[in-house]
Amino acid sequence: MVKYERARLDASFAALGDATRRGVLEQLGRSDASITDLAEKFHMTLAGMMKHVGVLERAGLATTEKVGRVRTCKLGRRRLEEETAWLERYRQLWDARFDELDQVVEELKRKEKADGRKKRE
Amino acid sequence: MDARRESEPTSTKNRTTVERTSERELVVTRTFNGPARIVFEAWTKPELFKRWWVPKSMGMSLLSCEMDVRVGGRYSLVFGDDATKPAEFFGRYIEVTPHSRLVWTNDESDDGAVTTVTFEEKGGKTLLVLHELYPSKEALDAAGTGAADAMSETFQQLDELLVSLGASSGRS
Repeated sequence: MVKYERARLDASFAALGDATRRGVLEQLGRSDASITDLAEKFHMTLAGMMKHVGVLERAGLATTEKVGRVRTCKLGRRRLEEETAWLERYRQLWDARFDELDQVVEELKRKEKADGRKKRE
Repeated sequence: MDARRESEPTSTKNRTTVERTSERELVVTRTFNGPARIVFEAWTKPELFKRWWVPKSMGMSLLSCEMDVRVGGRYSLVFGDDATKPAEFFGRYIEVTPHSRLVWTNDESDDGAVTTVTFEEKGGKTLLVLHELYPSKEALDAAGTGAADAMSETFQQLDELLVSLGASSGRS
């Protein structure tokens, strides 16, 4: 299970490691688009864009659907949320640590104050 | 006994931010309401460090914590509880500048980061910046899931709870 999640994240980050693909995701964040639209927007061949979309699709970051002759791309919303989810989990870990560190800092401050009253350094 | 509450912390909680600043770097920042020498002390004395490094919400315990805080000195943190096998995290301090800078290696795996923590005091408060530099993009990607794994016991339970709550209230 963990292995599976890791493989999925690896694929996602690999997909996000390319400026064009990030641009495509940004674009899809604004609205769905056909491969043809995307190829035009990013000044690419249809085949080139299909390759990029394929990478995004395999990483679960985008989905495509063929209606008639047009293949429409959408954001794979759930997966994008998962990307930010691990950063958020990481933040929560540090936040929880730092909340407890606050307590330690407060205690040391009080102690220093009390000690300072006894003997000034 | 004492009616004045002068040492009461100002009620607003300081924000913790995490940012992936490059393919190989993560930066965590947080301000503490105390001078740098105190915050630094809490990072360098094992008896203080172990009081906060493993928050209760992590659902794990620190079996041992040894820190020889000087250049070249080793540290070792051993985690474990009934549910998981003990895991040791260890490395060496490669820079120690009292009250302002700590740098250590994470040697438990080849993919371990170099961690730099800086303490910057301003007006009695300390801005802490923790910077992790991983050997490769892949190492950081894996660490991201690793961090999630570290809390997975708790989070999995929480996730399951949320899913069941969501299911019962019609949300997915």
